[in-house]
Amino acid sequence: MKKMALSILMLGLLSACASEKAKEPPPQNTAAPAAEATQPVAPKAAEPVADNSANNGEPSSRSVYYPLDVSVVQSADRALVQEHAKYLSAHPGVKVRLEGNCDERGSNEYNLALGQRRADGVKKLLRAGGVQARQIETVSNGEEKPKLSCHEEKCWQENRRTDLVYK
Amino acid sequence: MNRSAKLRYACGWILLCLSLSARAELTIEITGAGEHQIPIAVVPFAGEENSAQSLSSVISADLLRTGLFKLVDAAGKAPHQPNEVHYADWSGADALAIGSVTGQADGRLKVQFRLLDAVRQTELIGQAVSAKDSQLRAIAHRIADMIFEKLTGARGVFSTRIAYVNRQAGNYRLVVADSDGFGEQTVLSSVEPIMSPAWSPDGGHLAYVSFEKRHAVVYVQSLLTGQRLVLANFEGSNSAPAWAPDGRQLAVVLTRDGSSQIYLIRPDGSGLRRISFSGAIDTEPAFSPDGQFLLFTSDRGGSPQIYQVSADGKGRAERLTFETGNNFSPRYNPDGKSFTCTHFVNGHFYIAVQDFAAQQMQMLTAGGWEKRPSFAPNGKLILFANEAQGRGILSTVSSDGRVKQKMFPQGGDIREPIWGPFSNSSFN
Repeated sequence: MKKMALSILMLGLLSACASEKAKEPPPQNTAAPAAEATQPVAPKAAEPVADNSANNGEPSSRSVYYPLDVSVVQSADRALVQEHAKYLSAHPGVKVRLEGNCDERGSNEYNLALGQRRADGVKKLLRAGGVQARQIETVSNGEEKPKLSCHEEKCWQENRRTDLVYK
Repeated sequence: MNRSAKLRYACGWILLCLSLSARAELTIEITGAGEHQIPIAVVPFAGEENSAQSLSSVISADLLRTGLFKLVDAAGKAPHQPNEVHYADWSGADALAIGSVTGQADGRLKVQFRLLDAVRQTELIGQAVSAKDSQLRAIAHRIADMIFEKLTGARGVFSTRIAYVNRQAGNYRLVVADSDGFGEQTVLSSVEPIMSPAWSPDGGHLAYVSFEKRHAVVYVQSLLTGQRLVLANFEGSNSAPAWAPDGRQLAVVLTRDGSSQIYLIRPDGSGLRRISFSGAIDTEPAFSPDGQFLLFTSDRGGSPQIYQVSADGKGRAERLTFETGNNFSPRYNPDGKSFTCTHFVNGHFYIAVQDFAAQQMQMLTAGGWEKRPSFAPNGKLILFANEAQGRGILSTVSSDGRVKQKMFPQGGDIREPIWGPFSNSSFN
């Protein structure tokens, strides 16, 4: 799968994604998540906010993005998840719903499974950051609820994500 | 769809069929031809111009899309009874279908049909049936089934049904239709996605996945009563239902214990039992025709590929696909000797078949946005989701890859099709 993602990258289909990622903070060292969590995360103005509900102090950026057929939270997004973990563990009454999504390259059922694995991957990081299990619900939308619809990477990269939806 | 729209559409289809039978090589709907085509003349039935359906058009379209028949133009000749047939006129045809539709005193219609051997000059089939106007299409499919079975030796599938999901204006409908895409009946309507319909072996129930509870839940619904029950609604995703051939259990995929794994469950929701323990994604189970094995998709080897395991999950799962690219959505051929799947490589989806003995994958299509293949119950055709003119449509390909057909249902974006089982009702 990584080989395929790489070959697509080489074809230039991911070039838009790659340049966008370049503007983001450099990948964090995952060995020191606690230190990262204390650092403010630069807001990603280019990314649409997944949840438009009133902000009660939750981190404003609420989407984690992935390469094709990958469900591990990328190092560039780990600090963001840690920030949510910090907020949630400080507010044990707050609940979050993790919604995994996929692009359309795969069967609908495989993508449902992949989306669930993406959401569960974010849950693991939140749990490691001290969030209680009862605060977290994980679901998958698979490829059934695309944010953007086209057979191109500009849509696919937007659809490969986990949204953190506060209730 | 209201009645007048239905009639208008039916008329459009009849015109299309007429043009198909006259100039099959120019149509874009059906491409390719079988290796050995049986030349047959389907003569317009006496009186069919006054009925709601042109029987001969439906019969012709059914036979044509198998790729196994070549339609011989009646060229204005119109025998309706055996004694009206001058066999010398039909030297280009092996078989001749003739018949009539007549009104009866009780308001019903009487359909008479004969299949004649144009070479031996004998009658192969003679049938008469009384029917309502609304049943004419079904009767035409039955006649096509009889012709198909008599001339090819294999059972026809024109009277079977298919299920699929039709998305239109943000609304999802689970739909059952005739095998040619006509006669859509809505089973479930929802603003949330529906996916993965699966027929019970007797054709009486559909299992499916609905997001109406804001996550994937598996339901089983009776097509007769519309009643349904929640088959699996555990935390996370519940999906990929597949019936065992005896109808006494289903395989489903749940994430309640971690990653997507395969479980068995009875149709009433009892007896849940986990049978896969890979820790990877295991999904899209499909039972073998004898119920002894399961095909499924797994990424346990690093990419999504097709595996087979005994239906109780015991023993080692065998990996079946090793091609470059990914493979999804396996389904057995009803003869058990091969399977079809979706092959994804270089940005394109293909419908593929692989023989269990030869272990060689063969692409049946030229590639595009093609997903979720399933065999017709006679194994001669494969139904799959395709895209054309910017929307999802239905397509079929003959299992030898020679004949392809695109079907444009009345409207909407079509996805997740599956071919239903043989129906047991007879001509009469």
